[in-house]
Amino acid sequence: MSVLVWIEQIDGQAVHSSWEVLGKGRELADSLGSPLVALVVGHGVEAVAEEARGYGPDTVLLADDPALERFRLQPYAAALQEAIRRADASVILASATTNGRTLTGLVACQNQAGLAPDAVDLRIEEGKLVAVRSVYSGNILSDIYFDTDQQFASVRPRSFPAPEAGEAQGAIQPLPVPVDEGQVPEKILEVKPADTSEISLTDARIIVSGGRGVAKDPELGFKLVSELADVLGAAVGASRAAVDAGYIPYKHQVGQTGKTVKPDLYIAAGISGAIQHLAGMGQSKVIVAINKDPDAPIFERANYGIVGDLFQVLPALTKEFKKRLGKEEKE
Amino acid sequence: MTSPMGFLFNEEHEMVRKMVREFAAKEIAPKIKELDRKQQHDPAIIAKMAEQGLLGICIPVRYGGQGMDYISLGIVSEELEYVDTSARVVMSVHVGLNSLGVLQWGTEEQKQRFLVPQARGEKIACFCLTEPDAGTDVQAMRSTARREGDHYILNGEKVWISLADVADHFLVFAKTDPQAEPPYRGISAFMMTRDMPGVTTGSYHGKLGVRAGNTGWVKMDDVPVPVENRIGEEGEGFKIALSCLDNGRYTVAAGALGLIRASLDASVRYAQQRKTFGVPIAQHQLVKRMISLMVQRRDAGELLVYKAGWMKNQGLRNSRETTLAKWFCTDASFDSAADAVQIHGAYGYSDEYDVERFLRNSKGAVIYEGTRELQQLLQADYEFGYRRYRPLRCELPAYDPEEWTREA
Amino acid sequence: MKVAVLIKQTPDTAELPKVSPEEVRSGDVKATMVINPWDEYAAEEAIQLGDRFGASSVAISLGKEGETDALKHALAMGVNSALLVDVEAAREGDVWAVATALAAAVQHEGDVDVVLTGKMSVDGNSGAVYTGVACKLGWNLLVNVTKIVDIADGVVTAERSFEGGQETVTMPLPVVISVAKEINDPRYPSFMGIRKASRAKIPVLTAQELGLESIPRAVRWENLRKPEARHTEVQIIEGETVEEQAAKLVDALLAEKVI
Repeated sequence: MSVLVWIEQIDGQAVHSSWEVLGKGRELADSLGSPLVALVVGHGVEAVAEEARGYGPDTVLLADDPALERFRLQPYAAALQEAIRRADASVILASATTNGRTLTGLVACQNQAGLAPDAVDLRIEEGKLVAVRSVYSGNILSDIYFDTDQQFASVRPRSFPAPEAGEAQGAIQPLPVPVDEGQVPEKILEVKPADTSEISLTDARIIVSGGRGVAKDPELGFKLVSELADVLGAAVGASRAAVDAGYIPYKHQVGQTGKTVKPDLYIAAGISGAIQHLAGMGQSKVIVAINKDPDAPIFERANYGIVGDLFQVLPALTKEFKKRLGKEEKE
Repeated sequence: MTSPMGFLFNEEHEMVRKMVREFAAKEIAPKIKELDRKQQHDPAIIAKMAEQGLLGICIPVRYGGQGMDYISLGIVSEELEYVDTSARVVMSVHVGLNSLGVLQWGTEEQKQRFLVPQARGEKIACFCLTEPDAGTDVQAMRSTARREGDHYILNGEKVWISLADVADHFLVFAKTDPQAEPPYRGISAFMMTRDMPGVTTGSYHGKLGVRAGNTGWVKMDDVPVPVENRIGEEGEGFKIALSCLDNGRYTVAAGALGLIRASLDASVRYAQQRKTFGVPIAQHQLVKRMISLMVQRRDAGELLVYKAGWMKNQGLRNSRETTLAKWFCTDASFDSAADAVQIHGAYGYSDEYDVERFLRNSKGAVIYEGTRELQQLLQADYEFGYRRYRPLRCELPAYDPEEWTREA
Repeated sequence: MKVAVLIKQTPDTAELPKVSPEEVRSGDVKATMVINPWDEYAAEEAIQLGDRFGASSVAISLGKEGETDALKHALAMGVNSALLVDVEAAREGDVWAVATALAAAVQHEGDVDVVLTGKMSVDGNSGAVYTGVACKLGWNLLVNVTKIVDIADGVVTAERSFEGGQETVTMPLPVVISVAKEINDPRYPSFMGIRKASRAKIPVLTAQELGLESIPRAVRWENLRKPEARHTEVQIIEGETVEEQAAKLVDALLAEKVI
C-alpha cells in the first residue's frame, strides 16, 4: 500500500501546487503507515524528480520517454497505471489543475475506483482516504467516503500550505512505460506557451481585482489595478460584470463562472460583491474592499474596507506599498 | 409546474420572458449607467434587438416578423424596461406605434415595402404626431400635406419624437385638408423615409429621464412623399393615430410594470442588506408598507396589462382597457420608483444605485402617449357612454398562431 | 455526422447560496432550474458544428421526468432534438454512475461521432463526468477545448487550453470534448426555437431500456453541511486624506503578514 502523488510538470517546470499535494501526501502516508511515492512523467525531467526529493517522498518514480514529453492523456494514464501497480498505491493524488483533474479522473474510472475531484481537504479514517469537497459553488461541503480499494482525489490549489523544500530523500527510480508513439491517438501540432510573466490566479498569493467600479474609465481603472498588482507581485482578477462589459479578458474572471481562488490577500476594487463573485473568492485569507458604496455586500465579507473612489485609493495604495516595500524609484 | 399566472402565460411566454430577461441583463444592463450618465444613445443595442428578432416580435412571419402574440410583445416590453426605459421605448415606437399601424392599416404592397424590413430590423421606424403646439390636442396640428400630382408635399415640424435621429421610416401625420370640420377629419397618415429630400432631424439633450434613448425633432420642408406612401385613406389619419396609440400605450403600460418590478426588487435587496437601529431596515414597519404598496401595484398592474394583451390576441377592441393599464401602471411606476429612492435613503439619491434612474425614467410615460389626465377623462367618458367603440375600416387582426407562423 | 451534447439542469447561480444540505441529500433542490451555464457553450458549439459540417445534434440530460427546462433551452437555441435519461441509480452524486448512464444513452442514440459538454456543472462542480463518459464509451477525450478548428477524415483538430498555455492537437473520432468558455458566445434562444421547444414532446429513456436498474457505487457523500460562516467584522479604514487611509491599510496588511 502507498500514497502516490503525480507531480505535474509543464515544459520541465514542476507545477507549484503539486508540492502542496506532496506535502499533504506525507501526512496521509504517515497516518496510514505506508510509503509516499511521487511520480514524475516527462522527457528529460530529472531535475523535477530531483526537486521532488526535497519534499519528503520515500520514492520518486520517473517515467521518461520522448512520447511523454508533453501531457497527453492516453500515455500519461498508462504511466500512472504503471506507477500504481509498481507502488501498489491505494491513495492516488494530484493537484486539481486541468490535467490533474483529467488524469486522476480517467485512471480512477478505468480502475472502477472512487474519485473526489477538486477536494479541499483530505484525511484518513479507518485506513482509507476521506476527502472534503466544496460543491454548489462553495455553498455546500461534503465528506466523500470511498467504497473502493483505490481512492483517487485531485486537490484544489492552495488547499494546503506549500511545504518548505528540505533535505533530499528517497531514491529516484526509473519507471519504464511502454509507449508506442504510433498507438497514441493524440498528436500535438502546435504549442503556444502561457505568458510566464503573468501570475496565474489560482496559484497567486495575492490578487488585485477590478469590477464595474472602473466604468468611468475602464482602461485607466484596470491600469491602476495592474500597477498595484505589479508592486505586490499579485495576479490581476476581475468580476464578471467587468468581463461582460468587455473591460478585461475572461481569463481574469473570478467567481462562479470564472476561477475559484484562495489567495492570502484579495483586494477587491470597485466590486460590489455579487453572490457569484463571493463564491469564487470568499475563502481568501484576508479580503480588502475598496468601494464608493458603504452598503456594498463586499464589505460584509471583507476584513478591511476603504469607502472611497478606486481611482484615488489605488494610486495611493500603490505609492504607499512602493515606499514600504522599498520599491520606490530613486529620483 | 403550474405557474400562478398560468391562466395568462403559457410555456412559450415563460421562455420568451427568460430569454429577454437574459438578453437585457447581458446586452443592456452592463453599460446602461454610463450611457445614461453621458446622455448617450447606443445604436448597438437596437442592432442587437434587431438581431434577436425583438423588433418584429408580434408581426407575422410572412411579413418578416417572429410570429409571436401580443402578450409576448407585452412581456418583451416589461423585461426590457426592467433594465432600462430606453430599450422599451424602441419597442413602443418601432413596433407599437409604427409597425402594428402598418399591419392594421397598410395595403399588402405597403406591408411588403415597409413592414417586412421593419420587422426584420433592417429599417428602424418611428411615429411623428406631436407638434410644438399640438400634444394632447392632436387636431390642432399645423403640419400639412399638399397633393401635387402623384405626390404629397409635406411641411411642418414634429417634436418629442423618439428615435428621431435613428429612424429610417417616419409615420407622419399631417393635414391634407386644413379647413376640415371637425379638424381631425382633415388629418392623413404618411410613411416618410429619411432619404426623401427636405427631411431633417435633431436630438434633444437635457431630458429628465430616458437619457440613453434618442429623442428629438423632425422637420419637413417641402418633402415629396409618393401617394403610394399614404397609409389609409385621406382623412383617416386621426383614427390611424388612435389605433397606433392603442398599441403603443400597451407597450408603455407593460414597460411601466417592468419598472415597478425593478423598483421593488432593488428595494427588497437593499432593505435586507442595509441595517439601521441594529436591524435590517426590512424590519421597519414603514419600509414594509412601501414594499407592500409596490407588490400591490405590481400584481394589479400585471392583471391590467395582460388583460389588454389577451384582448388584442382575441381581436377585441381594447382602447379603454389599454388606457386604463397605461394610466395605472405609469402612475404606479412613478410612485414605486419614488418609494424605492426613499428606501435607499441618501444612496437612492445618488447614481451609484439604479433607483434614481428609475424615478427619472418613470415620469415621461405619465405624460407621453396620452397624459394621465386624458386617460382619466377617457375612463369616465366610456363609463358614461359619451365615448364608445365604432367599427373601423381596418381592425388590428386577432392573433392566429397558424396565420402568424405560415411562411407565405 | 452526429453530435450529442450533454446538458445538466442546475440551480440558477444566484440561488445557489440558498440551497440547503438537506435538499442536496434528498436530491430535491428547490430553486429556479436553468441550463448549466457551462453547458450553454457546448450547445452553441453543437449548433455551430451543424452549420459548419452539416452535423445533426441531440441534447441529452439526466433527470427525473418533467425536468426538461434545460433541454428545452437547448432546443430553443437550435439543437435538433432532445432526450431525457431517467435513471434513478445515477442520481446519488457518484460521478461514474452518472457517466455510465450518459454513456449508455449516447450508445442508445447511436451513430454519435462527437460528444460535447461544458467544463463542469455549477452544482456538482466535479468536472469529471465527461472523463467518465469517454472512459465508459472507450472514446478519446479532449478537455477544455477553446476552438474546434476542423473535423475531417475522421479526425478532429482542436485548440485546448491548460495552465501551461494552449495547444493545437488532433484526435481521431469518436471523441468526447469538454468546451471552455472561450470557445464561442452562446446565442439566445430564438423565437422560432422557443415555439418549437415549447411544443416539443421530449422522449424519456428509462433505466429499464438501458439495462441500468442498478449501478455500482464508488463513493458516498456524508455529512453534507454549509461551510462555516466567515465571521469577519469589517474594519473600515478612515482618514483625513486618501494617503492616510492607504498608509493605515498598508500597516494593517503588513501586520497580517499577507504581503
